[in-house]
Amino acid sequence: MSVDSATIVRVAHLARIAVAPEEVARLEAEFNSMLGFVEQLSGLDVSDVEPMTSVRPMQMKMREDVVTDGGYPARIVANAPASEDDFFVVPKVVE
Amino acid sequence: MTDLTKLTIADARAGLANRTFSAAELTEAHISAIEGARALNAFVTETPEKAREMAAASDARIASGNAGRLEGIPLAVKDLFCTDGIKTTASSKILSNFVPSYESTVTANLWHDGAVLLGKVSCDEFAMGGSNEASAFGPVINPWQRLKADGSIDPTPLVPGGSSGGSSAAVAAHLCLGAAGTDTGGSIRQPAAFTGTVGIKPTYGRCSRWGVVAYASSLDQAGPIARTVRDAAILLTSFASVDAKDTTSVDMPVPDYEASVGKSVKGLTIGIPREYRLEGLSPEIAKLWDDGIAWLKDAGANVREITLPHTPYALPAYYIIATAEASSNLARYDGIRYGLRKRGEDIVDTYEQSRAAGFGPEVRRRIMLGTYVLSAGYYDAYYLKAQKVRTLIARDFADAFASGVDAVLAPATPSPAFGIGEISGADPVEMYLQDVFTVTVNLAGLPGMVVPGGKSSTGLPLGLQLIGRPFGEEALFQLGQVIEDAAGTMSARKWW
Repeated sequence: MSVDSATIVRVAHLARIAVAPEEVARLEAEFNSMLGFVEQLSGLDVSDVEPMTSVRPMQMKMREDVVTDGGYPARIVANAPASEDDFFVVPKVVE
Repeated sequence: MTDLTKLTIADARAGLANRTFSAAELTEAHISAIEGARALNAFVTETPEKAREMAAASDARIASGNAGRLEGIPLAVKDLFCTDGIKTTASSKILSNFVPSYESTVTANLWHDGAVLLGKVSCDEFAMGGSNEASAFGPVINPWQRLKADGSIDPTPLVPGGSSGGSSAAVAAHLCLGAAGTDTGGSIRQPAAFTGTVGIKPTYGRCSRWGVVAYASSLDQAGPIARTVRDAAILLTSFASVDAKDTTSVDMPVPDYEASVGKSVKGLTIGIPREYRLEGLSPEIAKLWDDGIAWLKDAGANVREITLPHTPYALPAYYIIATAEASSNLARYDGIRYGLRKRGEDIVDTYEQSRAAGFGPEVRRRIMLGTYVLSAGYYDAYYLKAQKVRTLIARDFADAFASGVDAVLAPATPSPAFGIGEISGADPVEMYLQDVFTVTVNLAGLPGMVVPGGKSSTGLPLGLQLIGRPFGEEALFQLGQVIEDAAGTMSARKWW
């Protein structure tokens, strides 16, 4: 499988990464090199194989559904690029 | 007084216990070494004041008879572990001003046991890379240099491996007694091999991932890099824990790994995987491997050939799974709650501009590939298929272990350290091939350790890799010591 420049632009948007028009050709080449590499898997029949979903066979841990942490908004917003009164300031979302 | 940076952790522990020197003196010696080694660019953030405070506290605890297991031992920490109040960047521009208000479980364990933080060391951005060239803060230089055919020094700067390249360079250059790294596809073991140090990636679930910047969560594991097998065992005993904050932390008591060092390997069975004898395997790597086989045989281990038939599919499966998980994990860097923000025309443009400005080229590439393999219409063909291949790779190892094999011996890397810029060219796949002997271990969730086994014709260290059963770290320390006894430890000539 290989991708074209329209796919690169679509995937970049899905990934929320701005791509300049002049970068598209280079990304297309790199992408196709990587896809060519993973293409090796098509030679392997896995129709009877279960996918691995847990690295070690173990039960999912459960805990009480209670609040165990929190109550320090100043720490939460301490790294925000912009904040006001313990809220994150974001660009306008609703017109 | 002897040069305190030349000590092993075991030596330093004894010297501190006997009051031959203080934790303050030990830390001061390392702070000076770090100041004198800035040419290596190993550290992103040096924390000398914090180190002095911690060392003074260690001296007080030693004086009052309350020394912890790592009391006064100065360590470096990969800048992927969150450290409370200390900048944690993942070597990325997007986190270049990020100061966590919490401590990762692994580093909290280290400080609980008395260790001293010297600073945060560089890595490939978000741990994505095999050379440490993909750091937003510039490449790290390997303390080792090549020898020319006439025995003179070739000053070409070499990479320290990656992604834990700051960790491996700092340990090899004697800037710390040990370092914390992480390994997703070989990121502890390949840098250890490139710098003549010992590195272990434990079984998935042995060390908590809580507070470690995530790359590919089902593959990431923390582990130590040190200068001897014993030191690695001492460190891992403190790294490992059972942690309620990581749902994949496995509920098993942590053994004292140091107790395994020096135990006889008589009667252990070592598997030699046929598929790792790659076509075109360099003769010096083949010889290294044969030497390792001979040393383990001489020590009384049984050696036999095994087959891991799905090995050729490991790298492609890895690059699908790792990039898919990365695309999901790194979605959190949106320029809103923390990290770099670049204002765009609207909210979506702000996300896109922030992420384009904050992530380096390799990270952008991997996020995009991961997005693609998870996107509608491709999920089954790529991601689901790779997860099935992962089952087959884990089954290969399980079959070998079920047939009586206790551990597997293989090379760590296909070559010794390469020069900066030598393979970070146009084709990303060339760099990915660095991980050919190491990714299988992450896919199967097994422990893997690299121990120096010899040198290349150019005088550079080469590493042997031991792969264990799940939670079979103790056998790796037993076997690793046999290799270290035969091959010896190695040190780079100081030029910086």
